[in-house]
Amino acid sequence: MQSPSSLRSFCAAAKEMTVRDALNSAIDEEMSADSKVYLMGEEVGEYQGAYKISKGLLQKFGPDRVLDTPITEAGFTGIGVGSAFYGLKPIVEFMTFNFAMQAIDHIINSAAKTNYMSAGQISVPIVFRGPNGAAAGVAAQHSQCFAAWYGSCPGLKVLSPYSAEDARGLLKAAIRDPDPVVFLENEILYGEAFPVSAEVLDPSFVLPIGKAKIEREGTDVTVTAFSKMVGYALKAAEILEKEGINVEVINLRSIRPLDRATINQSVRKTNRLVTVEEGWPQHGIGAEICTSVVEESFDYLDAPVERITGADVPMPYAANLERMAVPQIEDIVRAVKRACSRSARGK
Amino acid sequence: MASCHAPQASFFPQISPPFSADTSSSPIVSCRFPCRYASLQVSSPSSGTFVPRAEEKTKTERNIFACAATASRLVAEKPAPTKKKTTITKEEGLVLYEDMVLGRSFEDMCAQMYYRGKMFGFVHLYNGQEAVSTGFIKCLKEGDFVCSTYRDHVHALSKGVPARSVMSELFGKATGVCRGQGGSMHMFSKEHGVLGGFAFIGEGIPVATGAAFKSKYEKEVLKNDKVDAVSVAFFGDGTCNNGQFFECLNMAALWKLPIIFVVENNLWAIGMSHIRATSDPNIWKKGPAFGIPGVHVDGMDVLKVREVAIEAIARARRGDGPTLVECETYRFRGHSLADPDELPEKAHYAARDPILALKKYLLQHNLADENELKSIQTRIDEVLEDAVDFAEASPLPPRSQLLENVFADPKGFGIGPDGRYRCEDPSFTAGTAQV
Repeated sequence: MQSPSSLRSFCAAAKEMTVRDALNSAIDEEMSADSKVYLMGEEVGEYQGAYKISKGLLQKFGPDRVLDTPITEAGFTGIGVGSAFYGLKPIVEFMTFNFAMQAIDHIINSAAKTNYMSAGQISVPIVFRGPNGAAAGVAAQHSQCFAAWYGSCPGLKVLSPYSAEDARGLLKAAIRDPDPVVFLENEILYGEAFPVSAEVLDPSFVLPIGKAKIEREGTDVTVTAFSKMVGYALKAAEILEKEGINVEVINLRSIRPLDRATINQSVRKTNRLVTVEEGWPQHGIGAEICTSVVEESFDYLDAPVERITGADVPMPYAANLERMAVPQIEDIVRAVKRACSRSARGK
Repeated sequence: MASCHAPQASFFPQISPPFSADTSSSPIVSCRFPCRYASLQVSSPSSGTFVPRAEEKTKTERNIFACAATASRLVAEKPAPTKKKTTITKEEGLVLYEDMVLGRSFEDMCAQMYYRGKMFGFVHLYNGQEAVSTGFIKCLKEGDFVCSTYRDHVHALSKGVPARSVMSELFGKATGVCRGQGGSMHMFSKEHGVLGGFAFIGEGIPVATGAAFKSKYEKEVLKNDKVDAVSVAFFGDGTCNNGQFFECLNMAALWKLPIIFVVENNLWAIGMSHIRATSDPNIWKKGPAFGIPGVHVDGMDVLKVREVAIEAIARARRGDGPTLVECETYRFRGHSLADPDELPEKAHYAARDPILALKKYLLQHNLADENELKSIQTRIDEVLEDAVDFAEASPLPPRSQLLENVFADPKGFGIGPDGRYRCEDPSFTAGTAQV
């Protein structure tokens, strides 16, 4: 399946790579380059990874560096954090970020806050990664999006890749980063292939943390999204193009720090904003982006900011209900049209 | 590092005797009974004065005694050594004495300062438990790690953090060990291997286990043979019902990590008695369930604690894995300075004050005389006066410090409206930037 980003002309892609392979190669290269990097999590070793992200790594690096843990998130996350205190660089894989809730005390209290509490003596170069958000039919306890929760915590960096290029560049940056990074992947995207240039395949390729990417340039409306929703936004943009609406799609890449500069610059150009996310509406990513734009670019807005989010319910199981509970392409299309037809004064 | 395989041979029978093959010299009694539960009446703080009654056994006590009795098959009981004296030299004795006096005097000074308003928030004092901190930490060497709870002042002091730095930190001054950013409950010192200072019980145990993991990783993966650091985790009786404790016992045993789990069982978790909260109050028993030796020791006697510590630390350094040590101890003050100070067993344990006990021992064995001990006290008093003066005179953290140290790489504050990283903006570090 060809992704919309291959439409961009200056990326002469010779090769395609799935997000899964991108993540695998990033971990592989960073572990080869630095022997302090190690991977731990449930099923990462002999099972080759619950989602096969760590395929082949046990065979290559051995059980001392690819550790299968017992099902004890709080314990092994804390162990990872403790080992990072004095200089190891763990990659802690959560089978999904839902399970990380059992370890959230360590992510926030021992990892995020320690550099501050110790006044810079002890930094925590750890990466917490795993699938985030809804998959398909996995119901309420396996479908939560945690971007907003982690994104509000000082001391953390929170990244969420979309394409294979994002996955490789951001994960390498995260592993090399001296601070705790929460790396929110998406299970549905694992199998999706994206074109990658030779530059992306280079072992020294990293992307900067805190910089968003303009996936598609446009003039009429800005749509922000991250992770899977970027793909949806791009498809919605194609549909809207036919109706004469020229959409600019921003792939946030970095939830924390949020690239407010890029977002505001875009809104000042297009004058309209639609935020898209899979998570719950209240206190979500869209709420933060909206406020940022209102604070910095209020005079440039020609219409109220539109938010597209997941429904304000725990994820239902039935397929039709699940479909209603997460944003679909038509929701984005509708929101963009609403943003374009409304003006600041009256409807 | 065998990460995936259950330990084959470390189950109960092989655990006895606990550490050394030479059974005759091991003074460790793995379970001593009657351990105190057999002689304690279950009482809540409000039910008036407590009187230990060894003879009378209620049903609860009999049950506890029965549990303790069956435990003897799990870990070998050695008869109490006859006439075996714990031999320490004069120097060692004085080091122990001075460290305990420092701990006690420091905490007393904290109480004074708190009530004078110099310290604020949550302050948890260690009075009465000094033997545990001194007994263990004075057996460690530089490069070893200590991880504690919110009751961490004395652990930091024993590990070598200067009294001035700890006092300043408590006053919230910029010269504190954490520049005033941590506070009473978050003492960190990279230089001295103090890994914190954690507010949530159980939180420090995985962190300590991680430090032990790092030690093993350095040795085996990074091939650094000179590394033999061990990690000591201090925590209380309440923590022993927490999931993270068990998770770490499991993983430490599974991966044979060089860690000692030290339980400071002072019988009370704020106002919750250990016996009311725990199905089997014998914490040392929980070690063998995971294939770890479990030891119970009198935590009011620094020499006994030290004996156990030396063995457990040697075991960890050799690569034989973790040990669980339950220290029977007591806190002479309330849970924190904001809590009432009226626990029922205080009189009983005050009579077993570890400092007085060591003093008596030193005098009886002619290892020191009254004058030497008095001069130690005087010296400590001076250290503390100096610490308080230093803390008083120290400045508060400057405004610009608010945004410092959030990240090791402060680009985490993102890109500002001018397109540059915010941390590159001079007003950011001057404390006048808008973030």
